[in-house]
Parts: sequence; C-alpha cells; structure tokens
Amino acid sequence: MRARRIRAIALRLGGALFVLWAVATLTFFAIHLVPGDPAQAILGGPGSQAPQETLDRVRAEYGLDQPLVVQYAAMLGRLLTGDLGTSYSLKAPVAELIGGQLLGTLTLALAALALAWVIAIGLALWSSAPGRVARGVAGAIELTAAALPHFWLATVLIAVFATGLGWLPPVANGGASGLVLPVVTLAVPLAGFLAQLMREHLLDALERPFTVSALARGETASGIRLRHALRHAALPAVQLSGWAIGYLISGAVVVETIFARPGLGRTLLRATELRDVPLVTGVVLVVALVYVLMTVLTDLVAALADPRVRTAAA
Amino acid sequence: MSDLELRAGVSPADAPRAGDGRLGGRRRMPRPSVVLAAAFVGFLLLAVAWPGLLETAPPDAISPAEAFQAPSASHWFGTDESGRDVYSRVVAGTAPSLLIGVLATAIGLALGLLLGGIAALGGRVLDFLIGRVNEVLFAFPGILLALLVIVLWGPGPVTATVAVGLSTAPGYARIIRGQLLAIRGSGYVEAARVLGHGRAKILSAHILPNALVPIAALATLGIGQAVVWASSLSFLGLGAQPPAAEWGAMLSAGRTYLGTAWWLTVFPGLMIVATTLATTVLGRALTARDGARR
Amino acid sequence: MSGAALTVRGLRIGYGGTAVVRGVDLDLAPGRIVALVGESGSGKSVTARALLGLAGRGAEVEAERFELDGEDVRGAGERRWRRLRGAKVGLVLQDALASLDPLRPIGREIGDALRLHLGLRPAAARQRVLELLERLELPHPALTIDRRSGELSGGMRQRALIAAAVVLDPPVLIADEPTTALDVGVQATVLQLLREAADRGTAVLLISHDLAVVSGIADEVLVLADGAVVERGPTAEVLGAPRHPATRALIAAVPTEVPRGVPLLEAARLDDPNAPLPAAAAPPAGSTADSAPILEASGLRRVYRSRGSELVAVDDVSLALRPGRTLGLVGESGSGKTTLARLLLALERPDAGAVRLDGGPWSESSEAARRPDRRRMGAIWQDPYGSFDPRWGVARLLRDALSVGGQESDERAVHELLDLVRLPTAIAASHPLELSGGQRQRVAIARALAARPEILIADEPVSALDVTVQAAVLDLLDELQRERGLAMLFISHDLGVVRHMSDELAVMRHGRVLEHGDAGRLFAAPQHAYTAALIRHSPRLAWGGDAHGPASTR
Repeated sequence: MRARRIRAIALRLGGALFVLWAVATLTFFAIHLVPGDPAQAILGGPGSQAPQETLDRVRAEYGLDQPLVVQYAAMLGRLLTGDLGTSYSLKAPVAELIGGQLLGTLTLALAALALAWVIAIGLALWSSAPGRVARGVAGAIELTAAALPHFWLATVLIAVFATGLGWLPPVANGGASGLVLPVVTLAVPLAGFLAQLMREHLLDALERPFTVSALARGETASGIRLRHALRHAALPAVQLSGWAIGYLISGAVVVETIFARPGLGRTLLRATELRDVPLVTGVVLVVALVYVLMTVLTDLVAALADPRVRTAAA
Repeated sequence: MSDLELRAGVSPADAPRAGDGRLGGRRRMPRPSVVLAAAFVGFLLLAVAWPGLLETAPPDAISPAEAFQAPSASHWFGTDESGRDVYSRVVAGTAPSLLIGVLATAIGLALGLLLGGIAALGGRVLDFLIGRVNEVLFAFPGILLALLVIVLWGPGPVTATVAVGLSTAPGYARIIRGQLLAIRGSGYVEAARVLGHGRAKILSAHILPNALVPIAALATLGIGQAVVWASSLSFLGLGAQPPAAEWGAMLSAGRTYLGTAWWLTVFPGLMIVATTLATTVLGRALTARDGARR
Repeated sequence: MSGAALTVRGLRIGYGGTAVVRGVDLDLAPGRIVALVGESGSGKSVTARALLGLAGRGAEVEAERFELDGEDVRGAGERRWRRLRGAKVGLVLQDALASLDPLRPIGREIGDALRLHLGLRPAAARQRVLELLERLELPHPALTIDRRSGELSGGMRQRALIAAAVVLDPPVLIADEPTTALDVGVQATVLQLLREAADRGTAVLLISHDLAVVSGIADEVLVLADGAVVERGPTAEVLGAPRHPATRALIAAVPTEVPRGVPLLEAARLDDPNAPLPAAAAPPAGSTADSAPILEASGLRRVYRSRGSELVAVDDVSLALRPGRTLGLVGESGSGKTTLARLLLALERPDAGAVRLDGGPWSESSEAARRPDRRRMGAIWQDPYGSFDPRWGVARLLRDALSVGGQESDERAVHELLDLVRLPTAIAASHPLELSGGQRQRVAIARALAARPEILIADEPVSALDVTVQAAVLDLLDELQRERGLAMLFISHDLGVVRHMSDELAVMRHGRVLEHGDAGRLFAAPQHAYTAALIRHSPRLAWGGDAHGPASTR
C-alpha cells in the first residue's frame, strides 16, 4: 500500500519532469524552425541594418553559429543549472529579470485565487439554496461573471471606483490599495467558473443517499450543505487549481498592462512585442513550472481528501 | 422545511412521476433565457449578413463636429473621438469580432477532433502519445500559447485566430476523447458488436451520430470564450488593429477617453459579454436536451 | 398509552393532489420486527420517509393518529422533527458506500447524532463511538473510526451505517431496503444486526421488496400495493397462505424453491401451499448433459493491468454450453462473471486459453472472420436501456438486428418478434424511453433473438427489474429456450434465480470457478466451503418447513 503510493507519487513527478522537458524542447525548436534571424532581433529587429561583422560577432557571442543540436544541448545544460539565457532586448540574464517579477505576479494570482474561492463558495451556496428566485439570480450572476473579459471588467472598475468615485487608485502603487482592483478583476470571472462547477457538484451531493442519512440523524439543512455537500463540491474545484493558476497568470498579462503593474505578464507582453525569444521562452517555462507544480500539489491534496481518487490512480 | 428534503427525501422509484416514461418534457416551451439568447444570436447573425440593415449611420463616417456625444436618440451608443456613431461601429464590428471567434473555435475543434478522435479510436499507443502531447500543451495555460505563436509569426488578426484556435485545441481534444470513449464503451456499441456489425458500420451508425450533438454543444459553448480571448489579443494590440471596427480594438482605442466618454468602452464590452452569455446559454440548452435522452 | 413505540392510523401521503399512500395503519412494538413489503412504486419508501418527517416539502401528510414514542407528532414542524430524528427514530438505508458520506471518517458520521442531540464535544463523542463500535464487534475500532466508508470492507461499512442509526438507541429503527445490492454474506450480517437491535428492545420496521430477506427475520408482514396495505399478519401466515395477488407476485419473485421448468407465475398462483405444483415442462428433445457442446471455453484467463497493479479477473476457467441447456453462473460482485461473459462473446481477447464455437476457432479468429458467425450468439444485459442507441426507436432497433441476421426486416417481421416476447405490436412505434423496465428487457430479448441465434448469454438479465416483472421475464426466457433449443449462459448474483433457471451450475469467486456440476446435486451437497456458505446465507422463503416439498430438479 505504502510502496504503491510512493510509486504513484514518483510516477506523477516523473510525468511533471517530462512535461517541463517537452515544453522547453517544443519552444526551442518552434523558435528555431521559424524563419527570421535571431541575430537581427538581438540588434533591434530587421530594420537595424547592422553590418555583417556585427551580426557575426553577435552570432558567436550567443552561440548561434553552432549546429542546432549543439545549441539545443547547450540550452538543456543551461536549464539544468537554472540559466534561462540572456534577453535580447534588455541584455540581462532572463532568470534575474523573471526573478524580479515573479513575486508580484504570484501575489496577484494567489490573492485573486483566494478571493475567487470566497466568492465562488458564497455564490454556489446561494445558487443551490431553496427557492427559484435565489437560484435564478445567483445562476445568472455566475454565468455573467464567467463571461466577463478581464480587459473590459478592469476598464469598467477603473471608471467606477477610480475615476468616478475616487476610492481606489487607477494604477498600481505598490501598496495594498493598488492591489484591490487588479485582484477583483482577475477573481470575478474565475469565481464565475468555479461557482458553476461547485454548484453542479453541490446539487449532485444533495441528491445522494448520504444526505438522507444525515437528515435522519437530525442534521440541519445548513449543516448538510456545510459539513457534507460543500466538501464534495470543493474537491473538483481544488483539482482545477492548476488550470486556475494558469488562467490567472495569463489574465495577468492583460491586468498588469491595464493597471501599469510590474510583473511577469507585462514582461511577457513587452517581450512578445519586441520578439525577445529568450525572455518569452523563459517566462513560458516558468509559468509551465508553476502550473505543473500546482497540478502535482492538487492531485496529492485530492488523493488525501478522497480515498476514491487514490484507488482510481493506483 | 427546506426543499433539501424534497430533493433528497423521496426515492425516485416512489415519487410520483409526472408523465412517467415520457421523453423528459421535450415538447415544453423553451426557457425565457434560451429564447433571449436565441434572439440575440439572431441579431448577431443579421449584423454579420446585412449590417446595413441595422446600422443607423455609416460606421466610418467621420464628423468632427459631433465628436464625444453621449448616448442619445440619434446616437444610441454615443459617438467617438472622430464623431463616428458607436452603435453603427459595434454592428459593423460584429463580423470581424465573431469571425475571429468562430474561426478560432473551428480550428481548435478540428484539431481537437483529430487528436481526440485518434486518441479514443486509434489504439492504446496513440492514445498514450496524444495524452502526453496534450499534457504538455496544457502547460501553456490560457493565452500563453497564443503569445508564443504571435512572437513567432508576428501580430495580426490571422495569427490571433490561429493562436486562439491552437490554445483551445487541447481542451477540446480531452473532452472529445472522453465523449468518444464513453460512447465506444457504451452498452449500445457493445450490443452492435455482438450483433455482428463491422467497425465502419458502428462508427457511422452509432459513434459519430451520438457524438455529434455533444460536440455541437461544445462548439457553441466555445465560441463565446474564443471571442473573449481573441478580443483580449486585439485589446493588447496583437490582433486586429484600430481603426478596424473590431470590439476589442474599439475598446482599446476608447480607453484613452475613459474619464470623459465611458460609452466608448462600455458598449463594445457589453457586446462581448452578451455574445458569450448567449452562446453559453444556447450551448447548455443543447447539452441538457441531449442529456435527457441518455 | 400502551408500550407501542410507533402508532400510525390512516396515514395518507399525497403530492400535488395525487395520493401515493392511502390510509396505512402501522404498529411497532419494542423488540419486534415488522416488515413492509411491496414492489417499487407501492409507496413503501415514501411511508418510511414520512415516519421521519422526510416525505419532502411538496408532500401532504395526514394521519388520524401518529404517535412516536408516546408523542403526537402530527403536524410537527421541521425543528421538532430534527429533535426526533436520530434520537427517537433512526434510519438505515441500503449500501453504506452511498449512504455514508464517502469523504468523512465513519467516526464523525456516527458521532454526528451525539453532537446534534447531546451537544457532545468531539473527544467525548469519539469515546462513545468507540464503545459502540466495540459493541457491534467491528475489528480494531481505534483504527476503523478514522477510516472513510470506501476504505472499509463491505461488512464493516454496513455495520458502521447501522451504528450511525443506533448510536442514541432510538426506540424505533427504520431500515429501508437495507440489503439490496449487497453480496449475500454482507446481507446476512445486516440482518443479524437488525435482529440484535430488536433483541435489545428496539422496534424495527424493515422495508424491502425481497420476501426472502423478510421471511427469515420479520415477526409480522404488511404487504403494500398501490399505497394501501392489502395483506397483513404474522410472517408465516402471510407467506404460507398468500391471499392477495400482490403477495403472490412477490413470492413468485423468489424462485429458490420452484423447480426448474415450472413457470414461476403459475407456481405462485397456488392458493394452497400443499397442492401439487404444476408440471415442469419437458426439456427440449435431445438436450442432455453429454450432448456435444456448441460453445466451449478452456483455460480462460484475463488479466487487467493498470499503472503497475494487476487484477486477475478470470483465472483458468473452462466451461461448455450445450443446446437446450442452461449453465448458471453465480458469484458475488467482482468475481469475474461479466468478464467471463465478454470473453465468451469475444468482446475481449483472453490472455490465455481459448473459446471454440462448434469445434471451430472463435476467440482466436480475427474479428472479420468471426463476424459471419456472430449471429449465432445473442446477448442480453442487466441494463437494457443502455444497450439501445438513444437515437433509435423500438422498430429501428429490431429491424437493425433482423438485417444483420439476413432475415426479412419488414414491419411483419418486427411484429412477429414483438409477439415472440409477448409485447403488443404498437410498441414498435415507441422509443425505449417510453417503456417500463420489463418492457425494455423484452425488447432486448427480442433483439437478441432476431437473428435466430443458437446461444444466448444473459448477464444479470433481471437484477434491475421490479420484483414482480422478474418472474415474468424469467418465465419468458425459459419458454423461449425450450422453443428454440437455445444453449444459455445465465449469470446472476442471486443464487435462488440461478438455481431455478439452470441445469448446471458454476460458482465463481475471485476469477476462478470453485465448483461446477449438476445444479440439483451441487445444491444438495456442495463440495466447496464457499458454495456451502453461499447457499446458507442466501435468503430463501421460510414459513415453517419446505412448502413445496423437496426441491426436485430434473
């Protein structure tokens, strides 16, 4: 039993490593198989008209004159030591650039995840409550929340709470008040998705025989929701946390741009605009790493919380 | 007493069954939300096919004298910085905005069908391989894959479409694989095998027809999200570029005047939200109808 | 007030003006077990729920008298009911896997009542639960208390479910189908625990569709049909001399003692248990135990592998099906019965061993080579609805089956098939969704026989059907077998059903056939300890001696 569980965890970690390797490889070859001269990009794009010897010097400096396989091996070797290469546009180590931005984005994403959970649990409990009206209203709120694009929600929130009412700053200021609008922007659509998922499972749990058993013991209606049904509803949502973090980080691209907040998303967007291949690759790899870690973590949590998951995986 | 008891307290076998054995109320009137959603989709289709029918002014007619007018009887959604009628521009923007969403969904769905279909029906080795590929693609969450595509091929509406399509494909592949596997393992496919039907007959008579409705529902649900992602890219300046009357691009351009002319951002955004809502409601209605028969 | 734990007079329950229960009287006394039996839809479960105030918000519950432990509970509100549930009346549902929250440790589930009614703190509640688990003889209570239901064996989790209902020693215990869908060994445990509860002075109401379960344990039986009690009395009297058709139909559904070849519905119509049984129909000509087998399996083995763990579903199984004869296959859930059926149908490939059809290769052929011979084999399953394409109506389902057999597939042929399974021809125009469970299974049988097969594989064909329909479907299968000389494999977890249907019997456990031989002989003198236990635990009608005389098989 124990050996099997260790084996299952080892398999899961091995799978995670495979995904990271594949992400690195895929990005590497995609970039090198596409027409375009990296040396030109380093020197400021195709319009730079750099002389041939400058190009050659840059190629040698970045190892671009080596065969593709050698470059690939070198990249893998560097990755193992945590070296993500040098940014074309900022001429600084990618790892350092990302390291400086990671915390801000993770703070944003995790705060949004926490808020989304709070809203989602509230909405799910409300929309599974008795009464057609409550169900209809809460259901409509969930549906609308999930349909809100980040960029529009952010714009409207700024118009109302910053420009209009003046309660909160329209751009990030490094303090807690500057964090409110970006976090709300990211959290609301995610909460809509989570609430829909949770409500479905909540209603499903309320129809299962164990709720009758609990009622027959004298349990109250709210006790059944909180002590029984909510667990069953939360579990599938927990298992989506990997996806949710990915969704939040990609939402951060928009949100950080709108709120002029430094972070991974904004760095990624700038790098995309400048076609800074090492920086984009680096960000993508780091996000993939966060995603993979989160999935492994949630799988383990789910297996602990639900013996059925464990037997299914074994 | 809460209605919890009503849901849980009576076993289905003993509860009075309204119209026992009938096809779960299939001939009932559709719900108002579905009617509303269908009506809005009708409006969108009209805006795509004959925008002139709905426009109240030429969408690109510049009239500096009428710049920044608030919504009124003559300009329902107000006017922009060049005095163009926002309502007419929103109508004119329906085609490009929806086109990106629909094409992206088509690309994602086609790839998803291919991958999911091969994984489900092509044997264990292919299933394993595609499963791993999918796992890798899932590690590029949201628009990350799209940004990667854009960095490789440069920004623009075509890249944005392909990018959104690509990033939705693994999700479709996973769901379609699951659906095909469920159908392939179903009692009726088993029964057809026992009767002596061949693979081709089972595929064409049972598996594909039964997968069709769920996949159509999936596509309907997906269009809304694709429109959101595609307009996000346009908003970031990586998709359609202003002065194109695309909703995301319009919103991006209007953001400069947020303090003075809120209608420049609110109305294009509302269109996106309404489109997503309508497709979600319709997609779910389709799923529910299909589910009632199983 | 007498010592009655529960007194109900004229209980009526309706939903939106439709009466579901119409005037039920019920008396439960301490130490006695009263059984409420009836087929599904008879109103027995609604009655049970109403006794806990759980009939549902839309329910209109009325009674002339409704006294629980001496307290008039007519018109009690939700708050008052909450105080009574668990303390004065406990409920045991079927299958603990579904009836205990799979995400909570059983200790918390059992301790809930202590927390809710006595306000005990977790530590104190835990102590009480431990004591209870010890009293109910759960092994290793200190470990078990922190397990969730899915981590326990079937018998242990069923004990936990009962523990959760009796932790406060309520004077009334209601058990709603407590043994349905359980393996016989676990069934026996549950019945014993209910008996013990009664012996401690609890008044037990046992609700079941299965008279065999009831007959061994209940002191009194009430038969419910269409919301009214149609027959009541001491168990031996009601089962020994059934007066109402509903009772007889329930008896017919327990075929253990009815010899092979005797139609169940006719056997149950006997008013006098001592009257002679109707004659058993003659077996089809030329079907003997040593005629040449049409389908023969030897050394079959099937292993499922997933992520490094192995499950041997079928292990070294050999058997033979002969024309006109039925091989019964019995075993508990997970014993490999269904996998074996799939191997015989060549839906799966065996890892070792082979199946031969009429002496020629079957499992070893390619699917293309097998296809022409597929029409010689038909199959029916537990869930007929799932075996129909949801987009197809009855006529299309049958035409499809007729066409693969190379038969005419016109309207007349479809009607002939429906005639064969005693269904009105008008059903051809319906969708299976509009049919009852019994009708669906008849359509499935019609489809299986459309291509005029020589072999029929029946995998739990009646387990999902209402009890009263079961007997009719079994009779139909028996009759069709005789008409067509079918070689049949009849799979069931229900020993009684298998015994009635089979000439030969095979007992399966953990993928292996433990015992295999003539059905009568195997029943009379089981060689294997497991078979003996299966026969012993298998509930059978008992009302003072073997009413039908010594069970004779041909």
